Amino acid sequence: MTTQWEEICKLNDLVPGTGVCALHNGEQVALFRPANDSQVYAISNYDPIGKANVLSRGITGDIKGKLVVASPLYKQHFELTSGECLEEPEIKLATYQVKVEGDKVLLAV
Amino acid sequence: MSKQKLIVVGNGMVGHKFIENMIENPAYSDYQIITFSEEPRLAYDRVQLSAYFAGKSADDLMLTSPDYYDENQVQYIVNDKVVSIDKAAKTITTASGRQESYDKLILATGSFPFVPPIPGKDQPHCLVYRTIEDLEAITASANQSKVGVVVGGGLLGLEAANAIQNLGLEAHVVEFAPRLMAVQLDEGGGQLLRSKIESLGVGVHTEKNTKEIVAGEKCRYRMNFADGSYLETDMIVFSAGIRPQDELARQFELEIGPRGGIVINNQCQTSDENIYAIGECALWQNRIFGLVAPGYQMAKVAAEHITGGDLAFIGADMSTKLKLLGVDVASIGDAQARTEGCLSYTYLDGHAGVYKRLVVSADNKKVIGAVLVGDVEAYGNLLQMMLSDIEIPGAPEQLILPAGAGDAPALGVDALPETAQICSCHDVSKGDIYEAVKGGCTDMGGIKACTKAATGCGGCAAMTTQVMNAALTEMGVEVDTSLCEHFAYTRQELFDIVRTKGIKSFAELIESHGTGHGCEICKPAVGSMLATAWNEYVLDDKHIGLQDTNDVFLANMQKDGTYSVVPRVAAGEITPAQLIVLGEVGRDFNLYTKITGGQRIDFFGAQLHELPAIWSRLVDAGFETGHAYGKSLRTVKSCVGSTWCRYGMLDSVSMAVNLEMRYKGLRSPHKLKMGVSGCTRECAEAQGKDVGVIATDKGWNLYLCGNGGMKPRHADLFASDLDDETLIKYIDRFLMFYCRTADKLQRTSVWMDNLEGGLDYLHEIIVEDKLGLCETLEADMARVIDSYECEWKKTLQSPERLKRFAHFINSDATDDNLAYVEMRGQQKGRIATDVERKKLAKGEEIETVELV
Repeated sequence: MTTQWEEICKLNDLVPGTGVCALHNGEQVALFRPANDSQVYAISNYDPIGKANVLSRGITGDIKGKLVVASPLYKQHFELTSGECLEEPEIKLATYQVKVEGDKVLLAV
Repeated sequence: MSKQKLIVVGNGMVGHKFIENMIENPAYSDYQIITFSEEPRLAYDRVQLSAYFAGKSADDLMLTSPDYYDENQVQYIVNDKVVSIDKAAKTITTASGRQESYDKLILATGSFPFVPPIPGKDQPHCLVYRTIEDLEAITASANQSKVGVVVGGGLLGLEAANAIQNLGLEAHVVEFAPRLMAVQLDEGGGQLLRSKIESLGVGVHTEKNTKEIVAGEKCRYRMNFADGSYLETDMIVFSAGIRPQDELARQFELEIGPRGGIVINNQCQTSDENIYAIGECALWQNRIFGLVAPGYQMAKVAAEHITGGDLAFIGADMSTKLKLLGVDVASIGDAQARTEGCLSYTYLDGHAGVYKRLVVSADNKKVIGAVLVGDVEAYGNLLQMMLSDIEIPGAPEQLILPAGAGDAPALGVDALPETAQICSCHDVSKGDIYEAVKGGCTDMGGIKACTKAATGCGGCAAMTTQVMNAALTEMGVEVDTSLCEHFAYTRQELFDIVRTKGIKSFAELIESHGTGHGCEICKPAVGSMLATAWNEYVLDDKHIGLQDTNDVFLANMQKDGTYSVVPRVAAGEITPAQLIVLGEVGRDFNLYTKITGGQRIDFFGAQLHELPAIWSRLVDAGFETGHAYGKSLRTVKSCVGSTWCRYGMLDSVSMAVNLEMRYKGLRSPHKLKMGVSGCTRECAEAQGKDVGVIATDKGWNLYLCGNGGMKPRHADLFASDLDDETLIKYIDRFLMFYCRTADKLQRTSVWMDNLEGGLDYLHEIIVEDKLGLCETLEADMARVIDSYECEWKKTLQSPERLKRFAHFINSDATDDNLAYVEMRGQQKGRIATDVERKKLAKGEEIETVELV
């Protein structure tokens, strides 16, 4: 079975070094573009520690080689590839398959 | 066992210190303390008395408070003098007839100013310089005088002369001895001090013996001197030394020295073993100690002895370092070279106005005394060499020669013994500082908080820093001051790089000086530096990823992910029409509304997509962004000032508006708050702000580096009686210097606590321009001010930017995770709890219990 993809936005909507939030299958997904290239990552937008839908508004970066976003509420780091919380490893966020085609950003349905 | 009852007669600095020592003693619960003061207030800092003229209030100088005594069950009775002692019955009686029994009696009655028996000395406007009440009398007299004379050219006399000059009078000093500060200085030092003081416009008259004070011709009085000369003056302040206040002891037959003073032994006991005497009223081995540090030592010894310890008073070093009329003066040990066989080295730089004399032992190996005028940097080293009896490394003259003439053999603090006293005000030893470092204090702020070192006169700050650094090195602690794992530089270093290399973006900086992608520590820090240096729009594509969410959306994120909105209301001044607009906005967008501590209005519960609509209403009504979200100037709080208030000296609101409009938009290492009060009643609480301005009858007093918050810090008085232009110039320089040199997220209060050289150093940079920085500091500030634009106004003009203000990039839906509970008449009274949220989702009602 082939994966179905849904177009979410244009790559240009993601300013390098920032994130946005998408509504996808009824879920809130945070999309990040850490650098000035076409690498995009997708994890849940819900911060289970701060209990709010805010992760797309965090600052991205790298901690000891791992790409992360820092929650804008209490600054815990969540790894962009695995969804794992560096400070509390038992917490793991949902991650989503994402790809960039041309100027489009797509999420797997 | 019933408690032992201690009565402390006199609540001055030393009396209070004794009480403090008792309270801190583990056995304190076995004791009960009563203290009496004939003055109307509790202990205050007499050493800082002159600061009263520089704008500090009596409250600022207080060393204790009724609250502190109440908390610790110390009974205090002010305005009542102890007039008799019954040694046999162990009771005392006060002037008001109150009788109390004691187990131990502590006399801390201090001293009184000696007024020479000159005919005419008891007339009005003939005053002394000792208490706050004396200062009030001097101020009152100054209002009716043009010329003031101080009798006595010692330490206090020169301080008094300074005060008189600051009160706007022509000031003179009359001294009996052939030179100023005859006790502390030798002839060369005295001469240089004299010429420096004369150049400041103070008349110095030595070898003058005042015979009488008679009516004057041009002034109120004429002082006739024994040599036939005379001096006319309107006011006379006697500062001719102190005499121990031993009247009570004398009357009730405790042993008194031939020239006064209550005789004490090494445990500070008087001739009656149940009565102790401490401080300036006590006579130990025929000596009176007129400095506070020995008094504190006696207080400690007495408290120890009473509680069973075995400390002894063994005399005290009388070395001093201070600034008199702006001139640095220090005296160590045998300054007059009276020790038999001793040798002296002298250095005189007539051009720079520096005099140094080093007195060494006959074998040329030990420091036994020194005089320093004009440059006292060597004080700490020389004092420690003398106190710790350290052999001089190399040639003694190197110790006083200026740098460059051969390197001065700096005293390695390693050479000091554990017991070496570093801070004499608070008796902190080298060992104490080492302990503190071991306990985790790794910066000066921590050392000060933990040991109190360098928090008294501040003279030991440099030495304390050296000891701390030595301890850190010894323990192998490397203090990593890197910004984060991406930059091996301090914030200050990075700021210099940004400024001098003209770096305009984070990408450029991390490429040239860092590694990796950055993180939530370095990105906002660099974003702040770029903004301070170049003040570009923070939402530019190249800057937006550096900003915290608050800066990205120009609002403050609250715990449910919604934002609060704070428009600028400069100085808290607002028209009724503007107030109505704010009311309408709050109502129409259904926002929880509250007045902030900074005299403006905060709206809570705004969702991302609502922010542009809210702000277009606000901008249309003439409001600007309030930067409540930024590490930047928040508010300038003001009182209503002279335009309305009966007590206002100057127009504080206009000044506050002026300051707020000038510095709005300045991005800084941390948030900045200011306050402007129209008089010393200080309704704007300016002394708790980063920058505080208080009006006096002669201009503005500028206070710096105050803080409320987690660790309150009283601001330091930086400069007095400034005109508008100078005030703003100093604030420009101060803010920019702070922006350049502070660590990330370091408030001005912590920055100041860790600033090597402290307030004096800051003064040298900002007022004296010692580093030649002022011009660029002002130019940098001018650039920020000139490039200001309201971030909200600019953002509203760009549809591209506004796209970010949607919860979803691909849908108009909003966050469904928000729920509120009505409270005190506001629909969004507060954020709902998880349980309430579920009930609300099911359409159930929520009962709220309101705390009243």
